[in-house]
Amino acid sequence: MSDPSDPPPPRANDPFDATGRGNREPIDPDDAFASELPDPARPLTASGNLRRRQLVSRLVEAGHTASALLAVAILAIVVYSVASRGASALNIDFFTEGPPALPDTPGGGIAPEIVGTALLMAIATLIAMPVGVLIALYLTEFAGPRLGRAIRLALDLMNGLPTIVVGLFIFGLLVVGHYQSGFAGALALAIIMLPLIARATQEALLRVPSDLRAAADALGVSHWRTVRGVILPAARGGILTATVLAVARASGETAPLIFTCSIFGNAVSLRIFGQAVPNIPVYIFNASEAADPYGFARAWGAGFVLLLFILTTSLGARMLVAARPAGTRG
Amino acid sequence: MTVETRSASHPVRGIGPRIARRPRRARSRSIDRIGDGVLYGLCALASLLGVGTIAAISYQLIDGAGLAISRFGLGFLLHSTWTPNFNIFGAASLLYGTAVTSTGALVLAVPIGISIGLYLSTVAPRRVSGVIGPLVEMLAAIPSVILGFWGIIVLAPFLRTHLEPFLHSTFGFLPIFGAPQTTGAGLFNASLILTIMVIPIIASISRDLFLTVPRELRDGATALGATRWEVVRGVMLPSTGSGLVAATFLGLGRALGEAIAVTQVTGAGNAIHASLFRTGDTLASRIADQYQGATTRLQISSLFYLGVLLLAIGLLANLAAQVIVRRFTVRPAHAR
Repeated sequence: MSDPSDPPPPRANDPFDATGRGNREPIDPDDAFASELPDPARPLTASGNLRRRQLVSRLVEAGHTASALLAVAILAIVVYSVASRGASALNIDFFTEGPPALPDTPGGGIAPEIVGTALLMAIATLIAMPVGVLIALYLTEFAGPRLGRAIRLALDLMNGLPTIVVGLFIFGLLVVGHYQSGFAGALALAIIMLPLIARATQEALLRVPSDLRAAADALGVSHWRTVRGVILPAARGGILTATVLAVARASGETAPLIFTCSIFGNAVSLRIFGQAVPNIPVYIFNASEAADPYGFARAWGAGFVLLLFILTTSLGARMLVAARPAGTRG
Repeated sequence: MTVETRSASHPVRGIGPRIARRPRRARSRSIDRIGDGVLYGLCALASLLGVGTIAAISYQLIDGAGLAISRFGLGFLLHSTWTPNFNIFGAASLLYGTAVTSTGALVLAVPIGISIGLYLSTVAPRRVSGVIGPLVEMLAAIPSVILGFWGIIVLAPFLRTHLEPFLHSTFGFLPIFGAPQTTGAGLFNASLILTIMVIPIIASISRDLFLTVPRELRDGATALGATRWEVVRGVMLPSTGSGLVAATFLGLGRALGEAIAVTQVTGAGNAIHASLFRTGDTLASRIADQYQGATTRLQISSLFYLGVLLLAIGLLANLAAQVIVRRFTVRPAHAR
């Protein structure tokens, strides 16, 4: 394309100059007209040395590839660090016993933390899922365009809130003057989960084929029966995926819990309004702040368990999404 | 089945029941009316609850900060003393630490994240990007407490013995690369951890943005003889510019608000140093590491004051991102 013998035209240095004038088809230099007339469409590549341009292009693309590899390498290093340190801590006791009462003691496990995290997540899901699905229904079934935009904006802002702020909010609302409690922690986690569930459920509801709704309407089914009997079942898979992803995200959150559910002993109690529930993230956080090598070992083990749970659930949910052709029922 | 939008189904829903309801018996009609009303009521209530939460959070934080605001006023932002024993609290060094760590994270994460987005959307074959893409997103799934633990146990020794001495000896003329400290914990470490958190956000948003660039534009530029990089620079980057800015703001919001991991790796310093290798603290991390030590009402109130600042900055960053997305990009739903 380029011809080194061709003199560089004054304005074709950048093939994509802002005016777009450079974007012209190169003209054959042997063309009689092109060589004689002052051509307004001078060749775009004349200034460029094609080999240099392609070299630049390849170098930049190598940079892109290197960036992607860097990200994957970081993931591999972090996962390997956690797995290699954490796997050695794992044994039967690790899943059946609590942490030792005294510091600087080897052995023990994180059984209360595992059960407690499961309890917290269950409560948080019970709160966030119905509210999130109802908000999504409001967005798709009732809200006009302006109100819908406002609610979506509020949800997106909520999703971007610093999680420690949510922790402070529940701390001020429920804990100050009272006690930390499992319920307070679960409520904070539910606030983290709510926008995730609502937004993803809304997408799932929009994917429900409108034929289904039209069929229900044609049969004279009332609105609420259509929602209960047609729309929600059709979007069930999408709602489930949204919830699983939200659980995966929230189960690793520490910041909402340290003000609301961090001072706990070794016992999980169902008195969720009266006392804090042990949980894995805060356990890791506390262990990482203390200088206890055995605590470190348990924290690596706990981190490994948590990471394994989160990666498998979020990867599984993603694969479920990918396996389903877009636009069909869940 | 193509994806149906809401507007397409709207008229059908509006007309259908009204026509069909007439022949039905009165009892079932009243049940239906009640059911529809209950459904609407529940949905509206839930939406009100969701939207109200943001207002409640703002109110609660400002209310809790009242004592500190009346005691310190705006002077809180200007001095960096934080001595609970004398009831003196100031946020200057925390604002500085927040600015430094967030800036550092963005300086690294924006180019890397956009590069990954370009790799996934233009360079990699589809099957490769189908594997790399989810892996990069997995980076965002690592809990911050684990990343912070890794940062202090694994990353910090490496920084102390290798990277920081290297940077100091090579770029030591810049004050930000001062003499390495003894632990490897500090603002530099925090910036790197935040970089790891922000990269997947920017990468996945920018990949989605690049995939929305019309095929014809790219093909047109290629047909005109542009190399792949020239297509990117001339067509793809300009046409997605506003979305990339929005992605940067979202990354900023993430970096500003991260509390736990930063608390773990930043060493809880309370002074303003030019060197990145010194310890420091951010607004969010100071709140996090005072959670058990806060005993007096004034100290708790000061933490709420920090929370108000954090909420304001974080909301601003996210609002900026959302406004840009909604105003400029073609299909905002795909930008998240």
